[in-house]
Amino acid sequence: MSISRRRLLGTGGGLALAGATATACGSNTGRSGDDRNGKPTLSQWYHQYGEPGTEQAVKRYADDFDDARVEVQWRPGNYDQQTAAALLTKSGPDVFEVNGPTLDQIQGGQVVDLTDLLKEAKDDINPAVLAPKTYQGKVWAIPQVVDMQLLYYRTSMLKDAGVEPPRTLDALVDAAKALTTGDVKGLFLGNDGGPGVLGGTPLNAAGLELITEDGKVGFDDPAAARTLGKLRQLYAEKSLLLGAPSDWSDPAAFTQGLTAMQWSGLWALPQVEKALGDDFGVLPFPKEGAQGRPAVPVGAYGAAVSARSEHKELAKAYVKWLWVEKTEYQEDFALTYGFHIPARMSLAQKAPKLRQGAAGEAVRFATEHGHAEPLLWTPASKVAYQDALSRIIKGGANPESELRSVVRKTAAELRRVQNAQKKS
Amino acid sequence: MPSKLLGRQNRALWFWIFVGPFVLGLTLFTYVPLAWSAYLSFFDAHNTVTPARFVGLDNYMAMLRDDAFTGSLVTFLVFTAFIVPATYVLSLSLALMVNRLPRAQAFFRSVFFLPVACSYVVAALIWKMSIFNGVRFGLANTVLGWFGADQIAWLSTTDPPWYWLVIVTVRLWLQAGFYMVLFLAGLQRVSPRLYEAAAVDGARPGWQVFRHITFPQLRATSVAVVLLLVINAFQAFDEFYNLLADSRGYPPYARPPLVYLYYTALGQGQNLGLGSAGAVILALIIAVVTVVQARWFGLGRKED
Repeated sequence: MSISRRRLLGTGGGLALAGATATACGSNTGRSGDDRNGKPTLSQWYHQYGEPGTEQAVKRYADDFDDARVEVQWRPGNYDQQTAAALLTKSGPDVFEVNGPTLDQIQGGQVVDLTDLLKEAKDDINPAVLAPKTYQGKVWAIPQVVDMQLLYYRTSMLKDAGVEPPRTLDALVDAAKALTTGDVKGLFLGNDGGPGVLGGTPLNAAGLELITEDGKVGFDDPAAARTLGKLRQLYAEKSLLLGAPSDWSDPAAFTQGLTAMQWSGLWALPQVEKALGDDFGVLPFPKEGAQGRPAVPVGAYGAAVSARSEHKELAKAYVKWLWVEKTEYQEDFALTYGFHIPARMSLAQKAPKLRQGAAGEAVRFATEHGHAEPLLWTPASKVAYQDALSRIIKGGANPESELRSVVRKTAAELRRVQNAQKKS
Repeated sequence: MPSKLLGRQNRALWFWIFVGPFVLGLTLFTYVPLAWSAYLSFFDAHNTVTPARFVGLDNYMAMLRDDAFTGSLVTFLVFTAFIVPATYVLSLSLALMVNRLPRAQAFFRSVFFLPVACSYVVAALIWKMSIFNGVRFGLANTVLGWFGADQIAWLSTTDPPWYWLVIVTVRLWLQAGFYMVLFLAGLQRVSPRLYEAAAVDGARPGWQVFRHITFPQLRATSVAVVLLLVINAFQAFDEFYNLLADSRGYPPYARPPLVYLYYTALGQGQNLGLGSAGAVILALIIAVVTVVQARWFGLGRKED
């Protein structure tokens, strides 16, 4: 039997086309549904933690959950963007950790109300980090661990320069200048000069809020412009380290001696301790002006449940099991790999690692001077504020006029979200 | 199957077998998102792609009044003003030099073409972390150190705007080789007889020959190169994002339109309506610029 060339090509082409259509309409969404034993499958997302062992740990916790098979996804890259996009589709996670959720996500009904998960434990969760997860009295994510940022300084360098650890913003500006020599800069606030990492902290240190408790703009005040103007001084006097190979979140610039002081996270403490022994100290962001108080930013990744999940009740049960009931896992997660404060205050108080030395002080700062970013501080307001701060610090723009436009923008955003609230 | 539908020699069938998959892909991945984006731009679409609240032209008004967006268009203009002439001159000079080499032409052609194969992300990270980092052991600062100059934070200094040096050089390095190859092809098409005739007429080799023979003969290539350069500049994203973004966002300077829209629509804000309006405005600008440019250069007109 002979097959003509044309006939062969014809069949091949047809097959190729059929194959193309089949793959185009495939249903591979990355979820495998229920497994063989009839247990439903939950998908859980985490952002990539830098500390070794964390991924294995969360997978171990997940395996221990009896009522469902939990598939943990460890997601490097722009996590916030990834989750925001995934929440628009059905192929997203059931349970995910989120540096939020944002107000728009809550108002848009993208996350599930988790209030009843905290019935018994609510008073034990750090109130500063629970507040931004609460909207209209309902809780939308369970805080996992508390993170905070603080100022590290090199004791020996300060002593050599005859500088006291700065307790006011003016003292910080002077100290940074005095500590700057040819190869060592006085202060590292991130490669962008500070706008990104500082956020509202300088305003908190001047006794102001980003958004007041009754939902108004909290920095429409001359003290705000004065405070931000002093940050400009740090930059203008060339006291800031800029363009370091690793950014503020990594203590490398500090431990390598590129800077005498660095703003970084509590998570950096073990590395700093290992590299410098006891040649370092920690401070909150120093106060500014007569109304001022020291301030540190606190925040928490929370566990949330997607409203598009097919197993919402089960997902809620899992979140409750892991982040409310299993306190031994919470403690392990917070303190064995990286260095975070457990969100449950009873755990934070009894953890031996958090009671002495710099860590003990950091916990005290977080409790006494902690400010979390308010829920009503929307991404649009934040971008406007960061842009203005960058222009003030680097471009020497007038703080008053820059702040006026941020206040306008923020007020408009507040009106928008308050209108959306009425409609929903 | 009715033979009428299939056409002579099954041509209609074959047409769809070959074209079908591409049409399908193009529709699914280009035209549907394009139309959807235009649709979204008329809605208040926070965190949703199926919005319900129609807002008319509000998103467009907000975008055009947004200083950050208009500023990003200025950034793009500045970037184009730097990168287009710089790449043009550099790649043309490389081509002229390589073309005159008596030997090892293939070697040098490959050497200068090689960076094209490098990814924008990788190059941007090398530029950011080893060549132009702000501390004393960065390559650029080491060189400055030999002359006793202060170290410069290349990407963080806005006055003078040193960051442009980093952004322009990385793209220059990445793309000059590609355009050099285009120019080389153009140069090889110039008839040797023209040069002989010029020599007979007494034209001095060097500038005079280049000005009156080579450059006019490269007109078609030049038009294509400039068009491609401008379009590529419009699409600038990778190196800007990788050089300047950090986990907390993007600084307000050197922010081209695509980066700004990325943060508006796909950042934590997820304001897809506003972002789409910006994308539509940008698409219209690109369309107008391309049409005007093509008219002006007479692209596609028959060469005489």
